[in-house]
Amino acid sequence: MSEVSVTKDAAPVANALVALSGVNKHFGALHVLQDIDLTISRGEVVVVIGPSGSGKSTLCRTVNRLETIDSGSITIDGKPLPQEGRELARLRADVGMVFQSFNLFAHKTVLENVMLGQIKVRKADKKAAEEKARTLLDRVGVGAQADKYPAQLSGGQQQRVAIARALAMDPKVMLFDEPTSALDPEMINEVLEVMQQLARDGMTMVVVTHEMGFARSAANRVVFMADGRIVEEAEPEQFFNNPRSDRAKDFLSKILHH
Amino acid sequence: MNVLLDHLPQFREGFLGTLSITAASAALALVLGVVIAGFRVSPIPPLRAFGTAWVTLLRNTPLTLLFLISFFVIPQIFFPGTSPFVLAMMALGCYTSSFVCEAVRSGINTVPLGQAEAARSLGMTFFQTLRLIVLPQATRSVIPPMSSIFIALTKNSAIAGAFSNTELFNVSKLLSDKGFAIGWIFLWIALCYLVITFAISGLFRLLENRLEVAR
Repeated sequence: MSEVSVTKDAAPVANALVALSGVNKHFGALHVLQDIDLTISRGEVVVVIGPSGSGKSTLCRTVNRLETIDSGSITIDGKPLPQEGRELARLRADVGMVFQSFNLFAHKTVLENVMLGQIKVRKADKKAAEEKARTLLDRVGVGAQADKYPAQLSGGQQQRVAIARALAMDPKVMLFDEPTSALDPEMINEVLEVMQQLARDGMTMVVVTHEMGFARSAANRVVFMADGRIVEEAEPEQFFNNPRSDRAKDFLSKILHH
Repeated sequence: MNVLLDHLPQFREGFLGTLSITAASAALALVLGVVIAGFRVSPIPPLRAFGTAWVTLLRNTPLTLLFLISFFVIPQIFFPGTSPFVLAMMALGCYTSSFVCEAVRSGINTVPLGQAEAARSLGMTFFQTLRLIVLPQATRSVIPPMSSIFIALTKNSAIAGAFSNTELFNVSKLLSDKGFAIGWIFLWIALCYLVITFAISGLFRLLENRLEVAR
């Protein structure tokens, strides 16, 4: 594997919304994140790709401290991530998260799922919360399912509800942790379309995915990770047509040509 | 046979005594047990340590010893003049709370981790996550062990009878001391206990069915 110096052509730091610097994390003996430096600007869509076990999901989860880090620093909108507690809860409310396995609240209806955070965290009025929830559910195309329970929905519908639930908090940045990996092939597009629309609307997004089509069309920047390191960062055109590192060439040749 | 008819008021009083001690202790045990279970899974180390100490201490102590402490230490040192009913409720409630706590904790462990992660990602605090997301989903799997715990509590309440509370065991002892046929007394006492324990099983079966529909 050739180490190509990672280019930092992006982001004037003044506009940085999420900034990771020198982040390290171990799972026991496994060094899953090694000296990660990554800056994400306001309105930027960053797609993180790489082979399984490369640390990309972990990276995504460290941003709202679902995973703690061993060293380094993470700041969101200029504020360093606080310790577990009220302060962290407040910060997490500004960071939307969409999981691979949806994680909709199984004992609540779709509508309640989207209302709950607004009412309990943002202290919104019940009526306003419901109105907003219905608008968002319509926007992601599942308005008709509002009164059903998550288990009664298809995977694609559940994931769109999960996106609506995160959007209901008016997040500054959205994290997507392999949002389409648990979906049947014919449902992937309906979720990607919602994400495309979000990207067009100017939402700041960090997307961990295996969907190269989405990376090509929606990303401002592609971050390629392997073995716990960021191996390459580039614009999608440049990355897919002309990868600089051997590791990325190898990865792309395996997934693009068959 | 006549023992029952002749002493109906005593039996009734004993039955109501057992019922009220059981109900009061169950309420205390439920509240304490859920709170302590929350402590045991909390991210705050002192709370976790307190929860573990509570369960270890109370679950491994003979109930009679707890009664002795409750009746002879607590009124002497802290609250003189506390009624036997309250003292018995404290002993039974605290003892049972340790079992309730462990049942609730096993229920909490059945809820997928992703549910709590999603709640925390929305900005809910630990206690909001527990109260709004995890505990409601844990309830269903906690019901069957909880039913056993409360049936055990009903039978344990007999110890309160030896500590100046009027309840079924206490009544049976009084009557047999007076020389009535012990077989009949025990039969009536056993029936009274069965009424309470069957009611508990029935109630919990009902709860289990209702919660099954809800999901």
